[in-house]
Amino acid sequence: MNKLPKWVDVALIPFINLLLALIVSGLVILYIGESPFEAISIMVRGAVGSTYGWGYTLYYATNFIFTGLAVAVAFQARMFNIGGEGQAAIGSLGVALVCLAVPWPHWLIALPAAVIAGAIFGAAWAAIPAYLQAKRGSHIVITTIMFNFIASALLVYLLVNVMKPVGTMAPETGRFPPGTFLPDAYDMAGWVGLRFSRSAPLNITFFIAILCCVLVYLLIWRTRLGYQIRAFGQSESAAVYAGISPVRITMITMLISGGLAGLMGINAVMGEAERLVIDPVQGAGFVGIAVALMGRSHPAGVFLAGLLFGMLYQGGGELEFDIPAISREMILVIQALVILFTGAFDNMIRMPLERLFNRPGRGGGSPAKPMPPGEGTTHKPAVSEPEKS
Amino acid sequence: MDLATIIPILDATLRSATPLLFVCLAGLFSERSGIIDIGLEGKLLIAAFFSASVAAMSGSVWIGLLAGIGASLVLSLLHGVASITFRGNQLISGVALNFLASGLTVVIGENWFGLGGRTPQLSGAARFQPIHLPGVEAMADVPVIGPIYSNLISGHTILVYAAIVTVALTWWVLFRTRFGLHLRAVGENPESVDTAGISVIRLRYSAMVIAGVLCGIGGAYLATGLAAGFVKEMSAGRGFIALAALIFAKWRPWYALAACLLFGFLDAVGTRFQKLEVLGVNVPTQFMQALPYILTVVILAGFVGKAIPPRAGGTPYVKER
Repeated sequence: MNKLPKWVDVALIPFINLLLALIVSGLVILYIGESPFEAISIMVRGAVGSTYGWGYTLYYATNFIFTGLAVAVAFQARMFNIGGEGQAAIGSLGVALVCLAVPWPHWLIALPAAVIAGAIFGAAWAAIPAYLQAKRGSHIVITTIMFNFIASALLVYLLVNVMKPVGTMAPETGRFPPGTFLPDAYDMAGWVGLRFSRSAPLNITFFIAILCCVLVYLLIWRTRLGYQIRAFGQSESAAVYAGISPVRITMITMLISGGLAGLMGINAVMGEAERLVIDPVQGAGFVGIAVALMGRSHPAGVFLAGLLFGMLYQGGGELEFDIPAISREMILVIQALVILFTGAFDNMIRMPLERLFNRPGRGGGSPAKPMPPGEGTTHKPAVSEPEKS
Repeated sequence: MDLATIIPILDATLRSATPLLFVCLAGLFSERSGIIDIGLEGKLLIAAFFSASVAAMSGSVWIGLLAGIGASLVLSLLHGVASITFRGNQLISGVALNFLASGLTVVIGENWFGLGGRTPQLSGAARFQPIHLPGVEAMADVPVIGPIYSNLISGHTILVYAAIVTVALTWWVLFRTRFGLHLRAVGENPESVDTAGISVIRLRYSAMVIAGVLCGIGGAYLATGLAAGFVKEMSAGRGFIALAALIFAKWRPWYALAACLLFGFLDAVGTRFQKLEVLGVNVPTQFMQALPYILTVVILAGFVGKAIPPRAGGTPYVKER
């Protein structure tokens, strides 16, 4: 068995992966005829060069932390929840319903209700694929993909036919009552006597996202349930032997995962748009996959990767503004390359590094036995092989 | 409903089923060899873009078709390298390739044409033109058969007929050739294939090549046959519908034809009738759009005949030493 030092696994490999993704993206920018170095400096400045930039970066990061945690929790049980997009959309619907149902007197009362609704709606949307996986053996990846499309059709139907205020054309709900408006970064900075950009969408939900990171950490590594989830993820047969019910763990893990994705609605719908629009998620559910992969399915990693992708999204927006030749879709290219290198091509970096660190006389405490050829290639990908159909 | 209403719908069914069919068969080869491919959507999209762009620049739809196939092959081989050589996660690779296609098509398209991610409108030799089968004029006046022959069977582009031929070809390759036998075996039990002295890796790469070519043709039809040029995100979930059709067909070629025709029919009906009334109940268009996905979940749930995928799907093969 090959062991890599921990710092290589959690820091060096993601760094190399990210670097490769950036190099290939740089080549694409070169091909277009622009300077990759100028592009990256615009992106960094746009993302973190002002409180306005930070306000957007952290707003996007909040979305990605929720969806990233959702994917990460499922990864722990070695399930691939690709349905964050749909779960977040239905979670947003729950948040909107709560916000519109009652003339809320104050956000402090509206927020807990909306949190519960978002989580329950998101979890409910994950429940059917989870049940089908647990009880009928239907592949969760395929069912969650299908549920993304069904969620989007459902949302369009509800907005066009049911929730749209009479006499308006746009397929969106009316504005939420003022009692649901969450304090944004400008307000919060004001509480402690600081100045922050007035127009940035960052709001108090960011702290809920941090709280969720802490809670997920405690759940996965400090509770009996978390232990069961991890044990189930490592080896289903061993987990069954230890008396862990696969049906129960599959259901609970997916409900938590869906609930976390659903919470994204608090940030995007209640915090930002203050109404439900036709596509409240805007691909954040898929970004969550990249974030969880980069963050090695650990809440701290998810937080950092969420921040990184927040910068990418905000910086990428600025990039199009400053260099019109590079369209906003460049973000998608970079995102794709990050997923490709950290997820699919992970072994390309890992195999040579393992050979390097497991050479006799190298790598400190590693066994000094010479490795048979090819041994270094027999290990499993770092994150998951969610094959359980 | 009379013949004059039904024929245009069936005609549209055939046209919207064609790209689905190519992509579905691509997925069939891939998954039968044990490689799960959720990157079909991306391959379809990138092939649509490159075929339309090159057709626009060269003025020849055939060169466009080749370019589309080439682009789709590149993605397919990337998927192969990730999932066969580096034994990475096939699902994650598929997700990444879908994003890569949606990003690159717009970034490069904007750079080449500056039309907001579109290609110029295609016309003349830069598009696949309808073919009129022999005897259309003579048959036109014959009742019932005449309109069916001239409006439904004749008058499609060559790729529509090619799609049907591909189904038969797929069936023949898969069930009547040695290669097909090996391919089916490698998707169920790669160890046994390896023991017989046949290279698992070569078989799986061949499947990726076939899948790439088929997605390429599907994409070319989308942008140069069905439409007259590429628009951003024009695949619009067809890759996933094809994946659904594949499950619906339980990984069998002729059933894939039936499933694609069914989903094509749903699409045609949804486009033709904005308001649809079945048994006095108004069916919303969104329901029609979601129906392929709902049907697939029902099939996957195993309530209507169980869909069992090839057993080795998704697991990289590691040779024992």
